[in-house]
Parts: sequence; structure tokens; C-alpha cells
Amino acid sequence: MKMTFLNKKDFWAGAMLIGFGAAAMFIARGYRFGSALRMGPGFFPTILGGILIAFGVCIMALGLRSGEKIQEKLSLRALVLLPLSLLLFGFLMEKAGFLPALAALVFGSAASGREFKFLEVLLLTAVLTVASAALFIWGLGLPYPLIKGF
Amino acid sequence: MELFHNLFFGFGVALTLQNLLYCFIGVFVGTLIGVLPGIGPMATIAMLLPLTYNVPPVAALIMLAGIYYGAQYGGSTTSILVNLPGETSSVVTCIDGYQMARQGRAGAALAIAAIGSFIAGTICTLIVAMFGPPLADMALKFGSPEYFSLMLMGLVAAAVLAQGDMIKSLAMVVLGLLLGVVGSDVDSGVKRFCFDIYELADGIGFVVIAVGVFAVGEIISNLSDPEERTIFTSRVGSLYPTLQDMKQSIAPIIRGTMLGAFFGVLPGTGPSIASFGSYMIEKKVAKDPSRFGHGAIEGVAGPEAANNADAQCKFIPMLTLGIPASGTMALMLGALMIHGITPGPTVMTQKPDLFWGLVASMWIGNLMLVVLNLPLVGLWVSLLKVPYRLLFPAIMVFSAIGIYSANNISFDVYLAALFGVFGIAWRILGCSPVPLLLGFVLGPMMEENLRRALQVSNGDPSVFVTQPISLAFIMVTVLILIVMVLPAVRNRRGDLTG
Repeated sequence: MKMTFLNKKDFWAGAMLIGFGAAAMFIARGYRFGSALRMGPGFFPTILGGILIAFGVCIMALGLRSGEKIQEKLSLRALVLLPLSLLLFGFLMEKAGFLPALAALVFGSAASGREFKFLEVLLLTAVLTVASAALFIWGLGLPYPLIKGF
Repeated sequence: MELFHNLFFGFGVALTLQNLLYCFIGVFVGTLIGVLPGIGPMATIAMLLPLTYNVPPVAALIMLAGIYYGAQYGGSTTSILVNLPGETSSVVTCIDGYQMARQGRAGAALAIAAIGSFIAGTICTLIVAMFGPPLADMALKFGSPEYFSLMLMGLVAAAVLAQGDMIKSLAMVVLGLLLGVVGSDVDSGVKRFCFDIYELADGIGFVVIAVGVFAVGEIISNLSDPEERTIFTSRVGSLYPTLQDMKQSIAPIIRGTMLGAFFGVLPGTGPSIASFGSYMIEKKVAKDPSRFGHGAIEGVAGPEAANNADAQCKFIPMLTLGIPASGTMALMLGALMIHGITPGPTVMTQKPDLFWGLVASMWIGNLMLVVLNLPLVGLWVSLLKVPYRLLFPAIMVFSAIGIYSANNISFDVYLAALFGVFGIAWRILGCSPVPLLLGFVLGPMMEENLRRALQVSNGDPSVFVTQPISLAFIMVTVLILIVMVLPAVRNRRGDLTG
């Protein structure tokens, strides 16, 4: 009974908003608030943070009463692998060049789907990497080295 | 006539070889993603936006706009042929369109959908051309208080009228405004919310948020809840509607266009509301409402005209006032800003080629779509057989390169990954990210206008209600809030959006 709020949608939505609002207000303390006549850099974010907290409290309170549960399915595999392959892409773009970055991105993305056929993914990686190099590097003339550091 | 002189000028711009080409690319890509479920116009425009850096702004806007209204066409094709709405705005088209297809009249349904959209597109081109200039003239006289109140009204209306929880939408607008604050303050130069990360000094990139939330977030969401797709393709049959079909459709097309144009200029109401509304009206005025749901051609003609009219009239507030009426229009504003153009009423006087060229290109694009869609129906349908597992890695490639090429820094890619995770979290919590994007786009302008308005009024906040135009905007804002809070209205809204 007492822990029922833990899977309620609006409780977490409210908490998320309060979190953002409070963080904004806390950080904005370091910026001059100023006055209405001369708005300082802290004026707008502090007020927005306050409004956000008010909305958050409101949503949380309404949500605790009505209580819609979180029902959406979430694939943990996609949630972890997809952003991770983006991070890898960014990292390899700087360290290794366009081709390795893209290959890693395509392979990582494909691996985050629920059907993973190794040969198909390998082929897809090769095709997409070459096609993107052709389209973006030669076609649109983006100035990225294909492979760095050799 | 001023109007025809301007349109003539616009066609001169739109008919250059380069602009025709970009228009074609836009409507082609638009139809493509309209057919493919799982990727919408928002994600596509966000992804392709950075690739338009080296293109002149007119051509870029023409292409991005083509993607937007092309997607509506593509969505209706799959609705009719395989009962699978590619976009939410074509959900109603499924009802009678698919029934027509099952009766062997797919060709007639497709043709009527295309003709209806084309007529709507033609009328709306004229509407934009007629109402654009007076609106911009009016807005040129606005000072900071008026602008602030106008933006407030636009944001509140967009959040409140959109589908989903009203309070959460308003809260997401505020969160968007807050994200817009990140970066150097234009007034004092103080770096706000930068955490000593120098890449953040210019603020969070518009493309980073748009692609992160709408492309990456959407893929995670699609992978989490895969829908089974079984496709039964029906024979297309004759592409020529009978004279009887045309007679039955013309009135619904005109009614649908008017309804779509009305909803189009309202912020927050997507094309799906216009098409639902048109369907309900046609069912009400029909002599024999029982035909609806069993292949009534009016049920295809009206909604298809409505969603196209809506899509096109959404450009009016965006181009003349700089107010985005939907998420896609926020992306268009973002595209303008990336090309160094300040959105607002000055666009029309300082960049007349942009305004009139875009307006004219929409008519040309609609014509292209009719030609492109009907003969190529077979090609579009075969695209449906491309499995999603091959499709989404390609979307990731475009997203990643799009983000990286904006500033050539990896930090943007990392940030987009973070926003992808935020995007899925917001979806799960029932907080729509569209209002957030609207707030984010308008945030810096809103702060600036607030600051200036208060400076001029000696710090007296009553300036927003003593200036008559500003007062009118504030009153409309309050009125919208009051009306939407009334429970009776909220229930009706539930009916409308299904």
C-alpha cells in the first residue's frame, strides 16, 4: 500500500519537473538576479525554475490521487545500446575517422534491435558505411578524413 | 493586383532549376517517409536540417517544407492500400479508403485523395498569399510587450490545444524555455548552465535536441514496442474516378479545405484534428450516414483535403509572426535561424524571395505530388516490405552525421545521446516533447522581449496589460486556459482526438 506511488506515472513526471526546476533555481543563485527594471542573467531562469516546481508539485499531487500506472514497455537493450553507439560514433569521429565511426554506429544500432542476425548486420554495416561515405564525403563534400592516424 | 504580382514573383523564384530540384527532393523524401511507418516528418526534417547549411535558405526551406506536406500524401497512400496509416493525420483515411480498396476501387480513392489534397493546396496557397502580408504589416508595429504577450499566447495555445495532458504540456513548455537559457547571456555575457563545458557557451544546438528526442528517442520507443505488420495489398484498379465520384467529392473537399485552413492557423492543433473534424462533418451532412465506414468517397475526400490545408496554413503564423504553431514549424523556425535569418514580420520585407518563393513552391510541390504519387503507387507499396531492422540503422546514420556536421564537434553527438534517453523517459511519463521544442525555440526571444519591455516601462510589469494589443493577447491566453479547464470542453476534446 505505502509504496504504490513508486510505479505511478504522474508521481515521476512531477518529480522529474521538480528536479529540473530545483536544479535551475539552485544553479541560478550564482547569477545576478537584478530587478524587473534591469533583469540580470539569473532573473529568467529563476522564475522559470519556480514555475516548473509549481507545475511539478501540481502534477504530482493530482497524480497521487488519480494514479495512472506506468505501462509503456521499454527495451533495455535499445535504451543502452543505441545511445552507446552514438557515443562511440562521436568518439571515433575524433580519434579514428569517418569509416570506423560509421561502422561502429551501424553495428551498434543494429545490435540494439531484437532480431540480430550476424551476417545480415555485417552486410548492412558494410553497405551503409560505404553508401554514406559516397553520399556525404564525395557527394556532399563533408570535410572528414575517412581514416585517421595511419 | 498586388497579390498576383507577388505570386508571379514567387513563381519566378520557385521555378529556377535549383529550387525545382530541391522541391522535388523534398516531396520525394516526404512521400517516402510518409509511406514508411516508424519515421515521421519531424524526425526527418530534424535529421536533414544540418545538411542544408551549404544550400541557400530559400532552397533549404522549400525542401524541408516539401518533406512536410509530402509526408501527408505518402501517409494517405498506405492508409488506402494496406490499411496502415503512415502518419497520424491519415488515420481517418483508413476507415473508408481501405474499404474502397477492398471493393476494388483503390485507384479511385487514391486519385480522389490526391485531387482533394491538390485542390486544398491550391486554395491554401492563395490564403497564405492573401493573409500573410497584412498580418506581417500588423506585426511590424509590435513592440517588445506585444511580442512577449504574443509568444506567451502562442505557447499556451499550442500546449493546451495539443493532444495529451494539458498541465504536463505547459510544464514541458517551461522546461523548453529553461533549456533555451543555456549558454552565454546576450545582455551580460554570463555563461549560464554551462558547467565549464566550453561547447555549451553558444547554447544547446537546436538540431541536437530535435534529433536526439525525435529521431533517437523515437527509435528506442519503436524498438521497445514493435508492432506486427502484416500487409495485404489490394489491386489498385482504375486510377480514374468516375464523374459521380467527382460530384460527390467536390463539396467535401471544399469543406475540408476550409476546416483545415481554420485549424491550420491555430497553434497546437495538428492535421489529425482537422481530418477527424472533416470526417465527422461529412458524416453529419451526408444523406445516408450509414455508408460511412463502408467505402464512402466523401470520407476520403474531406479529411485528405483537410489535413493538407492544415499543413499548409501552419506556415502563416510561422512566416509572418515567427510563432511556431506546431513542432514541425518549430523546426522550420530553427532552419531559418540556422541560416542567420531572424524569424518575424521582417522576413517578408527583407527576404521577399524566401516568403513568396516558398509559397509558390508549395503549389508546385503539390502538383509534383499528384504526378509522383499516382503512377508510382506500386513502388511506394513495395517499400513497405523493407523491414524496420534494416531501416533504423540508416536513420541513425543520418541522425549522427546530421548532428556532427552542424558544428563538427563530438560533444553535440554525446548530448544528443543524452536527449535520446530524456526523450524516451518523457514519453514513458506521458510528457510530450513537442511543447518543449516550441519553448526551446522561442525561449531566448521571449527573455529578450521581456527584458526590453520591462526596461521601457521602468520595471513596471503592468505594461503587458495597459498596452491594448498586448492586453488582447493576454486576454485570449487567459480565455483559452479558462475554456480548457472547464471539464465539459475537456471531455469533448477527448472525443475529437480519439
